[in-house]
Amino acid sequence: MIEFILRRLFQGALVVLGVTATVFVVTRLAGDPVALMLPLSATAEQRAAFSAQIGLDQPIWIQFARYAQDVVTLDFGDSLWQRRPAMEVVLERLPNTALLVATGLGGAVLLSIPMGAVAALRPGGLVDRLTTSLSLLGLAMPQFWLGLMAIMVFSVMLKWLPTSGFGTPAHLVLPAITLALTPLARFTMMVRAAMIDELNKQYVQTARAKGLTLRRILRVHTLRNILVPFLSISGWELITALSGYTVVVETVFGWPGLGLTAVQAIQRGDLFLVQAIVFSIAFMIVVIGILMDVISKLIDPRIELN
Amino acid sequence: MTETLLEIDDLHVAFDTRAGVVQAVRGVSLTVGRGETLGLVGESGSGKSVTAQAMMGLIDVPGRISGGTVRWCGTPLVGEGVRRAPRNIWGREITMIFQNPMTSLNPLMTIGAQLQEAVRLHLGLRGAAARTRAADLLNAVGISGAARRLDQYPHEFSGGMRQRVMIAMAIASEPRLLIADEPTTALDVTIQAQILELLAELQSQLGLSIILITHDLGIVAGLCHRVAVMYAGQIVETGAVDTMFEQPAHPYTQGLIRSTPLLDACDDRLVAIDGTPPGLLIPPAGCAFQPRCPVATAPCGVPQVLTPTGTGAVACCRAGIDAWKVGAA
Ligand SMILES: Nc1ncnc2c1ncn2[C@@H]1O[C@H](COP(=O)(O)OP(=O)(O)OP(=O)(O)O)[C@@H](O)[C@H]1O
Ligand SMILES: [Mg+2]
Repeated sequence: MIEFILRRLFQGALVVLGVTATVFVVTRLAGDPVALMLPLSATAEQRAAFSAQIGLDQPIWIQFARYAQDVVTLDFGDSLWQRRPAMEVVLERLPNTALLVATGLGGAVLLSIPMGAVAALRPGGLVDRLTTSLSLLGLAMPQFWLGLMAIMVFSVMLKWLPTSGFGTPAHLVLPAITLALTPLARFTMMVRAAMIDELNKQYVQTARAKGLTLRRILRVHTLRNILVPFLSISGWELITALSGYTVVVETVFGWPGLGLTAVQAIQRGDLFLVQAIVFSIAFMIVVIGILMDVISKLIDPRIELN
Repeated sequence: MTETLLEIDDLHVAFDTRAGVVQAVRGVSLTVGRGETLGLVGESGSGKSVTAQAMMGLIDVPGRISGGTVRWCGTPLVGEGVRRAPRNIWGREITMIFQNPMTSLNPLMTIGAQLQEAVRLHLGLRGAAARTRAADLLNAVGISGAARRLDQYPHEFSGGMRQRVMIAMAIASEPRLLIADEPTTALDVTIQAQILELLAELQSQLGLSIILITHDLGIVAGLCHRVAVMYAGQIVETGAVDTMFEQPAHPYTQGLIRSTPLLDACDDRLVAIDGTPPGLLIPPAGCAFQPRCPVATAPCGVPQVLTPTGTGAVACCRAGIDAWKVGAA
């Protein structure tokens, strides 16, 4: 187990390095940060000075060597936009994203299990058809549209909840729901399908023949058996949320998390902040992957870690 | 006669499928007495498993009990007017083991957890007491090193060992009737013999009644007191094992015995029963075996009823003729 984790960490480190190298190249290609950072009226001397200050006047390979050193020491330089260490900005915004993702995905996980299970008890029944239709609806709605509709209905028309911002639990409601809906639909469909599969297995007959109640069979037997596939899809959703959903949702709701910060940093050509954000997200994705494997192994002893 | 435990009366089970209603069991009547071993034989698809599932209350959509009753010591379990079967009979008085031990246990729960589940539910034991009892059960079915084995998972057990665990689970509640649906079909021959020996041993120790479902007439001859032969969802012949093997009355039973190598040692050659059983979507009105029967005549088109003979009962108007000798000549 320890050996497995170490090996995965090593592989993960390579992945993170690969991602950061890509980001390095892309940020250098995507436009001139100097032009973006300085006002249009800046003189050529001012531009050159700024360029030298942030190291852009050096040959590209020296820039990369410095950058690699930065990555290893977790020091990404100062954010050009915020004028303080980029990592500090990341660490300040990360908890906001974590709160949003934990609430949204956590809610989706907790709701999808009973919903999918109840639907699976009678495939083709009323509850099942209702759940399936709602899930398809949920999957069909893009999040930016969903977010805007939610703001229009609940904030503008009904005035129940704030349109955007951060600070009170009320601010969390709409972004979390918007973030949760697609994963909720996907989780529910997955739980339903896996439960139907599982309930048809022979060991369920054994459990019934023992005289166990259906409720106990669902709770103790089948739930445990769908947990491994459920875990891997929720890990995948978590990764998607961190690297995509949050960008959309945080932008729509002005939620000051990493996603919104990433958008702002890109708009401002703040390449150091972009690098720090991408590095952190890549790092989290690697860690999530390892955690998922380890937890799967703990649930299912047949899984070989290698 | 011994006390009757289980009584099945005119049981019908149907499955609603896309193609139509499959009448898997069509009027089966059976009794099982205390301490008795009843063999239920018949070729694949004849409805043996469905009958067993009906006895255990395991028929689920798309299946349904479309007629008849199952009674346990006089108490109806299944059938008209039974909304909810009395608790503490299925899983406690009547238990069941299945054909494929490889898939019959939950792969993600330890053997101990699965055994203790039954012990807790039926004996009310908890904690250390439940664990001790579970270990005793493993010992009783011939698994050594029980204490260590309890913490292992099914994939760490061989097929034969898993079937032993299934048997341990099935006797956990000290049942009076064990239904074994082809308990050895998935196992290799030496293991088969061990499992059957174990069943026979438990039966004499615990005074258990057993319904043994099998294709294998050799197993029936070795283990059962009585046998019921199923064909196309019906029982075509029942009787004491000794007399049935000596003088099978129904042409199908005769064919089955003739097509079993070991039992046929005295006679000239093996016969195979040509043809296949009828479809159960539209079951034939008369004798279902008629199209394959070498001695069938016109009257076989009318429904055949189980009629008592000296030692059992047979559903055939041509019963008693040595069909396969005549047919071969
Ligand atoms: N879930 C189901 N849906 C539709 N038909 C079914 C279902 N289960 C059983 N049947 C039908 O019931 C009939 C009897 O099946 P059953 O499993 O009892 O046969 P069996 O005698 O146990 O055969 P085998 O020796 O192969 O186990 C078969 O024709 C089968 O098609
Ligand atoms: Mg069967």
